[in-house]
Amino acid sequence: MKRFLLALALALPAAPALADNDLAQPRWANEQLPDPRQEAAAQGLMGTLRCLVCQGQSIADSDADLAGSMRAMVRTRIAAGERPQAIRAWLISRYGNWVSFTPSVEPLTWPLWAAPVILLLAGLWLARGRFGKRR
Amino acid sequence: MAAAMKGFVRFLPIALFLALVGALVWRLAHPGDTAIRSQLTDRPMPAFNLAPAAPGKPGLATTDLVTGKPHLVNLFASWCVPCITEMALLKQLQAEGVAIVGIDIRDRPDALARFLDNNGDPFAAIGADNDSVAQMALGSSGVPETFVVDGDGIIRRQYIGGLSASDLPKVRAALAEAAR
Repeated sequence: MKRFLLALALALPAAPALADNDLAQPRWANEQLPDPRQEAAAQGLMGTLRCLVCQGQSIADSDADLAGSMRAMVRTRIAAGERPQAIRAWLISRYGNWVSFTPSVEPLTWPLWAAPVILLLAGLWLARGRFGKRR
Repeated sequence: MAAAMKGFVRFLPIALFLALVGALVWRLAHPGDTAIRSQLTDRPMPAFNLAPAAPGKPGLATTDLVTGKPHLVNLFASWCVPCITEMALLKQLQAEGVAIVGIDIRDRPDALARFLDNNGDPFAAIGADNDSVAQMALGSSGVPETFVVDGDGIIRRQYIGGLSASDLPKVRAALAEAAR
């Protein structure tokens, strides 16, 4: 028990210093839309948008304030009837391709899309001697 | 010839490994810039109309920036630590006659009043952006950020992170260029 209390006392000052604010998140940041079809569309889009603060998470996964604001923006616009593709295009026009978690097909990303095929062909080439000649 | 080729192939994995280590060490020594820049430089300020954030001070709308004179638009918040040091520099620029307006991100009026009391108030107008709507429209990903906007409301420059005293000549030059 003593040990536990000591551990607790040591853990308390380790509470992270939050460079954040205590303002409540906008309503649609963490509340689902009443229409399941719209909510599904919003979820689908949010999973493919990158959080600008955490950079490795989608806005659906991130607890950052800005990610909450982005989720609220996505849900509000979907509820207003906007297409997910239009919302994605709007964000890309502000933040660049970086904000999208699904890479677009363009000359810059061709190597990315070609890499699996090239690696598979290279692997087959490496293993070519192993096929057929088993005796 | 064939033997030489064979020797080369034998050392290829080690060469590849050393090249990979070299690339990784280089990246450690020269970490990339992780800031996400706004795509709106040299494009018009997006449309927004923000309510006043501080009593006795106007809010901020895009049309307020189309006055024929350049503005500094500073995104800040009372909960943002680097914003504190920046205020003295903005105050200095204001004393030189620069028009500075603020966009206050996700803030409370009482916290903002205390922040301005403690750190000085360089702003001619402050708009409250509690849902980060203007921030997202601007392609900004955090605070503080400062935009140089010319007299036609076109964004000319974006500074990410807190300004330091050594940045002031650059900011002055950008403002002078925007005034032309």
